Amino acid sequence: MIKEASSTGERIEANSPALEIHDMTVAYHRKPVLWDIDLVVPEGKLVGIVGPNGAGKTTLIKAVLGLLPLASGKVEIYGKPFGEQRHLIGYVPQRESVDWDFPVTVRDVVLMGTYGRLGWIRRPGRAEREIARECLEQVGMNEFAKRQIRQLSGGQQQRVFLARALAQDAKVYFMDEPFSGVDAATEAAIIELLQKLRSQGKTVFVVHHDLQTVRSYFDYVILLNMRLVACGPTATTFTPAMLHETYGGRLTILDEAAEAVRQREPIR
Amino acid sequence: MDLLAQFDWWQPFTSRNGLSIMLVGAVTNVACALVGCYLVLRRMSLMGDAIAHAVLPGLVLALLLSGSMNILPLFLGAAAIGLLTTFLTQTLHQYGRVPADASMGVVYTSLFAIGVVLLKSYAGQLHFDVQCVFEGWLGFAGMRRFSFAGLELPMQLRTVGPVALINLAAILLFWKELKVSSFDSPFSTLIGISATLMHYFLMALVAVTTVASFEAVGSILVVAMLIAPPATAHLLCDRLGRMIVVACVVAIVASVVGYWFALPGIFAERGVSPAGAMACAAGGMYGLAVLFSPQYGIISKLVRNLQTALRILREDLLLMLYRVEEVDSSKRMRPSEAVDAVGGGWLARLALAMLRRRGRLELRDGRLHMTDDGRWRAARLVRGHRLWETYLVKHLGLPLDHVHAPADRVEHYIHQPLREELERAVEDAPIDPHGREIPGTAR
Amino acid sequence: MIGGSITANIMLGTALLGATAGVIGTFAVLRRRALVGDMLSHAALPGICLAFLVMNSRNRLGLSIGALVTGLLGIVLVGVITRWTRTKEDAAIGIVLSTFFGAGVVLLSKIQQDQSGNQAGLGTYLFGETASISRSDIQLIAGMAAVCLVIVILLFKEFELLSFDSDFATSQGWPALALDLLMMGTLTIVTIVGLPICGVILMAALIILPGAAARFWTNRLGPLLVIAGIFGGASGMIGTFLASPLPERWFGSERVRALLNASLLPPGPLIVLSAAAIFLFSLLFAPRRGIVAENLAELRLRIRISREHMLRALYELSEPQLPNRPQIDEKTLLAQRHWSNWVLNWWLWRFSAQGLIERDRETAQLTPAGLAAAAQVTRTHRLWELFLVESAGIASDHVDRDADDVEHMLPAPLIRKLEARLAASGRMPVVSQIVPESPHELL
Repeated sequence: MIKEASSTGERIEANSPALEIHDMTVAYHRKPVLWDIDLVVPEGKLVGIVGPNGAGKTTLIKAVLGLLPLASGKVEIYGKPFGEQRHLIGYVPQRESVDWDFPVTVRDVVLMGTYGRLGWIRRPGRAEREIARECLEQVGMNEFAKRQIRQLSGGQQQRVFLARALAQDAKVYFMDEPFSGVDAATEAAIIELLQKLRSQGKTVFVVHHDLQTVRSYFDYVILLNMRLVACGPTATTFTPAMLHETYGGRLTILDEAAEAVRQREPIR
Repeated sequence: MDLLAQFDWWQPFTSRNGLSIMLVGAVTNVACALVGCYLVLRRMSLMGDAIAHAVLPGLVLALLLSGSMNILPLFLGAAAIGLLTTFLTQTLHQYGRVPADASMGVVYTSLFAIGVVLLKSYAGQLHFDVQCVFEGWLGFAGMRRFSFAGLELPMQLRTVGPVALINLAAILLFWKELKVSSFDSPFSTLIGISATLMHYFLMALVAVTTVASFEAVGSILVVAMLIAPPATAHLLCDRLGRMIVVACVVAIVASVVGYWFALPGIFAERGVSPAGAMACAAGGMYGLAVLFSPQYGIISKLVRNLQTALRILREDLLLMLYRVEEVDSSKRMRPSEAVDAVGGGWLARLALAMLRRRGRLELRDGRLHMTDDGRWRAARLVRGHRLWETYLVKHLGLPLDHVHAPADRVEHYIHQPLREELERAVEDAPIDPHGREIPGTAR
Repeated sequence: MIGGSITANIMLGTALLGATAGVIGTFAVLRRRALVGDMLSHAALPGICLAFLVMNSRNRLGLSIGALVTGLLGIVLVGVITRWTRTKEDAAIGIVLSTFFGAGVVLLSKIQQDQSGNQAGLGTYLFGETASISRSDIQLIAGMAAVCLVIVILLFKEFELLSFDSDFATSQGWPALALDLLMMGTLTIVTIVGLPICGVILMAALIILPGAAARFWTNRLGPLLVIAGIFGGASGMIGTFLASPLPERWFGSERVRALLNASLLPPGPLIVLSAAAIFLFSLLFAPRRGIVAENLAELRLRIRISREHMLRALYELSEPQLPNRPQIDEKTLLAQRHWSNWVLNWWLWRFSAQGLIERDRETAQLTPAGLAAAAQVTRTHRLWELFLVESAGIASDHVDRDADDVEHMLPAPLIRKLEARLAASGRMPVVSQIVPESPHELL
């Protein structure tokens, strides 16, 4: 069911990167949370967004998706502003942000993935229901189609939202911590699915905070700590040795800096 | 009692006045319940409360400016104030960083105060009864009428009826948009269905509904009907469509029951406020749903837990008697000993009584004897327990002394398919890891 | 409309009431329970009516006890519903509020027909009647205020903990439930004492408004409570003052005074509007959190970011040819970053006015002063980047976000060390030894 971009009726310029951010600063109530982010991610990558808590990972995604205003800078998806490229974007929210008591079934949720294509007022028909069924099939959730979403395990809930993203038939996916509260089997299934998406030329951004698995999951990383620390292929970017060699850092300095900052912490 | 005996039960359902009041109440309540479903699901129930109070200055201004009870200026004034309430609440929350509930409270109480001041300042020029703010004119629904398609209908239907239809049409037309924006607003915005736009659209519907209902039933019933029937339906349904239908049914039943309760002679000699009684009826139906909803009711949950607890106790009793017999085939326990052995208490005694009534156990000479049926069932349970232990040791390599406790928990949930799988996995081992026989399946 | 001689008494009463409501209400606002006050004042009505039916008198203490009972029952019901069912808190509050109030309206209409003469006093509970404040009422208010303040002072630490993090309070062994009930109990008492003075809706306002307004002025609980108390007290006094007839000596002319006094308004809504005015003022003009201050600061931030971007772009374009200062084509500059034409032109105009660049038709050249400024901005930027790369494991909460503060945040020796390390690896720019190379590829 995942077709090439031609199904969206849009021609994508061959050489424009999937995501391009220039000088992006995002502020919550005059406190910048992200400073001067500049990055380019080429098409067809599985991208991990990594950084400590409060580093602005979710903020980055929300700003890219136009859910937060930018204090400065701009974001382009395949060379065009976000507003013109909505139909190319799929999104999986953080599990905590979902109202699990909402009276919808698994199939209803997946059907929502097709709403964007339908436009206003038109209802999903047989074609859309078929798409929803196929997407559920892909995440192995077909037998749960009629369940209310509360009656699923954490891993199953995550798969439902993954299926909804699949139903969006996007080119670029953004997922906010899809592995939180998920069992090992589901995590493996999800990552397999993401790798399949990549092999179909999709670009997938995943907010992630388990540093152990970054190297095995992702082929591209964005290291974030309010500012962009690094962005590039995992093999060359996500190596402490490389970081330190490039920027002349050493553990002693690192500790010293952390300590200095900690002592001056109560500045509000 | 005398009064009740003389009471003609069917009178309200045949009298023109009674039918009018119920009709107006039902239509109003359905109009409220339709939009209320989305308010409850969006966790903005109190926005209905806020708008219902905040429209007061809008009403007064519209009355002053138009100088009559003309319905159009009233609608416009109230809808404008309703949207203003929403907008101010949102703005305070977003830009002033006031918590959402407090910002709502700030906005609507202030607007209401302005309304009261306006009302008092121009009291001489307005025919506006303050009591009506709370109760409306529902009791007088039968007085003025208009004819439509050959039917004599109460006047209030001219305002409430179209609003109910508008709400219904809006929900049917924007079904998909309202659903997705209520469920997941960032996603909705992302796919091009602006959550903000849908929010204000819904709030405009709420404001118009509130105003239309105001004159008919008063603010208190509006608030009750916006929240109670949808919340009741939410306890009963797991799909949005059904929830909305059930909410409407609850709203209609509440208006009939409420009206009946308000009749002279039921609660008070000369009757009470029908609007207040309908609000109580809606609250009462919610209370019933809280207690008895098949899936989410408190009592249903308790009953389910109790049933499970009883089943486990019955099985524990059978298991224990089987094991005692296994060790010493002549030993038979007294009922009190058996009850104490599974932890005692009235639940255990009840479980024992149930076993005897179902013919699993017999009491002879003050001792408990298993019947053949009981022994067969016990053997099946023991088999499940020991298969599970064998499986744990054989396939997961757990040490012997670690397997009894988990098996004790799992034994009550081993059903036929799982048992067959276990049998295949442990390849018909005749004895369990503790060296005891695993009973066969033969009867 | 209040008689002149007892104005002072009434002012004292409303001020005390406002202050206490402000202090207690602050906790409700902090705990996201602002609308519980609204619920309470509605839920009190059936209690008042029941108490009246039982006692058959308008003894204020007796009525208050009835209100207290149903008010607390309402709070408990909301707690039970949110704890045991899937209904969310907002809907639970709405249902309890409307059902209880509906019951109150029903009871009121029963009372109205049973004892038409005696019920007049109950109507004041809906809209309030400040003029009816008597000496015994003031004593009641003063007693209530004293009790509440003593509780708040004694349990300040516990309430602070509970408001901040009730789970933590529980884990530390505090009886969170009991404290919670006590806190809500004080809220109930304040509401009920204030009810006959302000009425149902306006009492909810007195609970929410002062606390929400005070929140703009401080971040600490102690001062917050004090400020909320002052705001509440001030609203009470101002509102009462506006509602009272003018002293004779202010206007000699009897006719003017009569005219002004004729348009006097009831004090209840005026008290609320005074509180609303204080809130509005705080919202707009509070020094740090007010909307004006926040927007100014945000504007300044945007301008600063834009300026830094421009200077950095100029520096980065000059960098390859340093120490020469090349002519930079404006088109190149425009392509370097994604800013609009007018932003570019405005900054170039500003910079040349400040002597940072020299402009030719289509080109710009940094002056020595401009180079120094641009180098400084670039240095700060790169040092921060370097620091964050070095310490990627540090939670960003520990790092102040202000780029200019690099000197203040990091100790000078550390900065020198970072610089030295870059210089040692030959990555420091030649022109000024203070600009480290950007750690990521320039775009």
